[in-house]
Amino acid sequence: MANDIKILTEHINIPGIETFEVYRKAGGYNAVEKAIKKMSPDEIVEEVKKSGIRGRGGAGFPMGMKWSFLAKPEGVPRYLVCNADESEPGTFKDHYLMKNLPHLLIEGMIVSSFALGANKSFIYVRGELMYVVRILEKAIEEAKAAGFLGKNILGSGYDLELVVQPGGGAYICGEETALLESLEGKRGNPRNKPPFPAVKGLYQSPTVVNNVESIANTPWVINHGGEEYAKIGIGRSTGTKLISASGHIKNPGVYEITLGLPVDEFMNSDQYLGGIRDGHYLKAVVAGGSSVPILPANLFYKTANGEDRLMSYESLSDGGFPTGTMLGSGGFIAMDETTCIVRNTWNFSRFYHHESCGQCSPCREGTGWMEKVLHRIEHGHGTMSDIDLLVDVAKKIEGNTICPLGDAAAWPVASAIRHFRDEFEWHINHPNEATKPGAVYMGAEILA
Amino acid sequence: MENEVPLIKVTIDGQEIRVPVGTTIMEAARQIGPSVAPPAMCYYKPLQGSGGKCRACLVKVAAGSEKDPRPMPKLVASCITGAQDGMVVENFTNPEVVEARKGVVEFLLINHPLDCPVCDQAGECHLQDFAFENGVGEKRFVEEKRTFEPEDIGDKVQLHMNRCILCYRCVYTANQLTEKRVHGVMGRGDHAQISTYIKNSLESDFYGNVIDVCPVGALTDKTYRFKSRVWFSKPVDAHCACEKCSGKVQVWYKGDEVIRVTARKNQWGEVEDFICNTCRFDRKKTSDWVIEGPSKVARNSVIAQNKYGLNQGKKPEFALNYAAKNFKGIDDARDYNQNLDEIKKSEDYKALMQKNDKFFSKEKSLK
Ligand SMILES: Cc1cc2nc3c(=O)[nH]c(=O)nc-3n(C[C@H](O)[C@H](O)[C@H](O)COP(=O)(O)O)c2cc1C
Ligand code: SF4
Ligand code: SF4
Ligand code: SF4
Ligand code: FES
Repeated sequence: MANDIKILTEHINIPGIETFEVYRKAGGYNAVEKAIKKMSPDEIVEEVKKSGIRGRGGAGFPMGMKWSFLAKPEGVPRYLVCNADESEPGTFKDHYLMKNLPHLLIEGMIVSSFALGANKSFIYVRGELMYVVRILEKAIEEAKAAGFLGKNILGSGYDLELVVQPGGGAYICGEETALLESLEGKRGNPRNKPPFPAVKGLYQSPTVVNNVESIANTPWVINHGGEEYAKIGIGRSTGTKLISASGHIKNPGVYEITLGLPVDEFMNSDQYLGGIRDGHYLKAVVAGGSSVPILPANLFYKTANGEDRLMSYESLSDGGFPTGTMLGSGGFIAMDETTCIVRNTWNFSRFYHHESCGQCSPCREGTGWMEKVLHRIEHGHGTMSDIDLLVDVAKKIEGNTICPLGDAAAWPVASAIRHFRDEFEWHINHPNEATKPGAVYMGAEILA
Repeated sequence: MENEVPLIKVTIDGQEIRVPVGTTIMEAARQIGPSVAPPAMCYYKPLQGSGGKCRACLVKVAAGSEKDPRPMPKLVASCITGAQDGMVVENFTNPEVVEARKGVVEFLLINHPLDCPVCDQAGECHLQDFAFENGVGEKRFVEEKRTFEPEDIGDKVQLHMNRCILCYRCVYTANQLTEKRVHGVMGRGDHAQISTYIKNSLESDFYGNVIDVCPVGALTDKTYRFKSRVWFSKPVDAHCACEKCSGKVQVWYKGDEVIRVTARKNQWGEVEDFICNTCRFDRKKTSDWVIEGPSKVARNSVIAQNKYGLNQGKKPEFALNYAAKNFKGIDDARDYNQNLDEIKKSEDYKALMQKNDKFFSKEKSLK
């Protein structure tokens, strides 16, 4: 099986790969040559469509489809914006890719911009990652000096200016329309949709926003063709996915996996996470970044129908909200039995409270409310009615907000209560035990 | 006619209307009337770009359009969602909408001080109306509320951030009416606040309008503060020859004294003509104005209480609703199985049913 094909990270261990020379020697920028010299923009869009690749930023929207929605009115510029804001707790794969393989992203930006007819493209980088901004800027200078960027690229007449813009460090600016507002120099409030960015995006012009990893896949698609790409993976989950794994596992880090890899193998084989640290066992998993529903170990390994779960969009979401989760952005957090779910839920909630932009009432008020109630429960001041209150508040936020941050704040709370209700009840009924340092509910026995 | 905009058919809570292409669900509903118009706490027609934030106006689209009659998966904000030909919208008739709206009321109130007794807005407060008409009477929020200190943001305007619902109307007003906006939203989430940057103050001929657009008592007129409860004052329509604005205002009297001047508002609480600060803050003598006559005041507004003979003998609607609800409660508990058919035939029963229908059809007589 082509189980360990590396589309993105094949060359990552070559010393000096972050420099233009080494990257070029390893076959880098071939895609730019091929695209600009031998292909038309529409042909590239067609290949990306054929590849079946889905957006890696979280929502999993088919990339080729997004590209083909881009409006092309006469005389109006079009923009490509790369979303490198990566701030979801648990997700750190774009960071890894950019710092180690800056030229891969630049190459992807060039071919994607060419395909979309953009002459000015942006990479919006999370504000905390200033050193990555410098790495990218250096890579851009190198590519420019080699004639792959700037005016008249490779003598083709195609111009492209690439701008790296650091953000101000707000999670909400990862939401694509908030990102565009921020890029325009405004307050990063998500916009009302429609209009979608494909029609009115940056500076009211048609714009495509794609994740770093999505864009980094395009050189391979151009070099090998969309059909080849679509052969990798499983079903509608084509290609590979970067998973940033953290928590109580033996080998935390960033992994490029072929979609469709069995969850069990990913979790327990030495090639990947190597299982839970010795002497402990898996309690729960957040499979795709803090906003996706948390799953208890049993539902993580097997779907409610008893099928083995795979690392793919479809398999992870099998069972919907009641018993499934989502692949999301690939922020994989494994928790062993020493993890207090209440505390963890409060921690996530605190994050969303802190990061809500405050535009729409359900999210602005609801995130703070949930955090306060969870804080109370965690600190031994909860009441039984608080549990249903949390469920109800989450329900009233979900789906009723401007942007998906509201949902992202509601899901972790709703799912934690759905799967770990007894733990919440124990906290409420045993405030003295529950507030002892390190106390964790474990069914019959209490770890303290 | 050549460039006539084509009309589309929209059905809202069972009532049909034809509106020009490009009309929002909210505007279509308003054309039908208050009985189907969704509440709006942030949308403000005169202000470009407003709306979408408070989520008070969420409705269910039961059928997207003639061409694609599928329902929309989520509730949509009616103030920013365009109507389509053949669209079927459910507002007060949809339990999901009613439930979500209860949630919005609750969200807007959890951190709200509810200091109506000392709030200048009480009596003409959209949050009071919204909560009264769409909320539940009990509270579940037992946490500490987030608070801010009151702040002067100009010599004539005071900000009570605690009462702000972050509708952004004042921000749009300043953006669209004045040369340079010096106030805006600082911070994020429930700590976001309206403020001026580095203790700036509002200085522009049209800044006073932020007071009128504010749906709550967050932005108040310092020349009027605490002078009177609004229902003790009497609004009259008046105008003057103003060189800066239309000069069409409402002058509010307490006895013979002009206690404040505001812009005139339409049925939806939206300003008809924005007025300048000179009219608002400086023209406070009857001799400054040509009085046109008493302003139209909605019958169910407390401002109308005991004035102009409008309400004489008229019971307030909420009392009738309340009585009807409780009467129904008693009625339901009765054991009427025995001679149900007989009861149903009686004139009394029919009259009662008719009355019930009227109360629950959400008919509101605003005029
Ligand atoms: C609150 C919020 C934060 C987000 N943060 C990111 C992010 O950091 N990086 C990212 O690529 N997408 C993020 N997204 C998703 C983007 O809105 C958008 O869907 C994505 O950038 C599209 O790219 P893709 O199709 O290539 O995945 C976020 C969405 C929301 C609602
Ligand atoms: S859901 Fe939250 S983050 Fe998104 S627009 Fe509304 S308040 Fe802002
Ligand atoms: S703003 Fe409205 S609800 Fe709030 S205190 Fe004032 S009158 Fe009461
Ligand atoms: S101060 Fe008033 S108008 Fe301005 S955002 Fe707050 S509630 Fe809205
Ligand atoms: S009125 Fe529509 S969201 Fe506020």
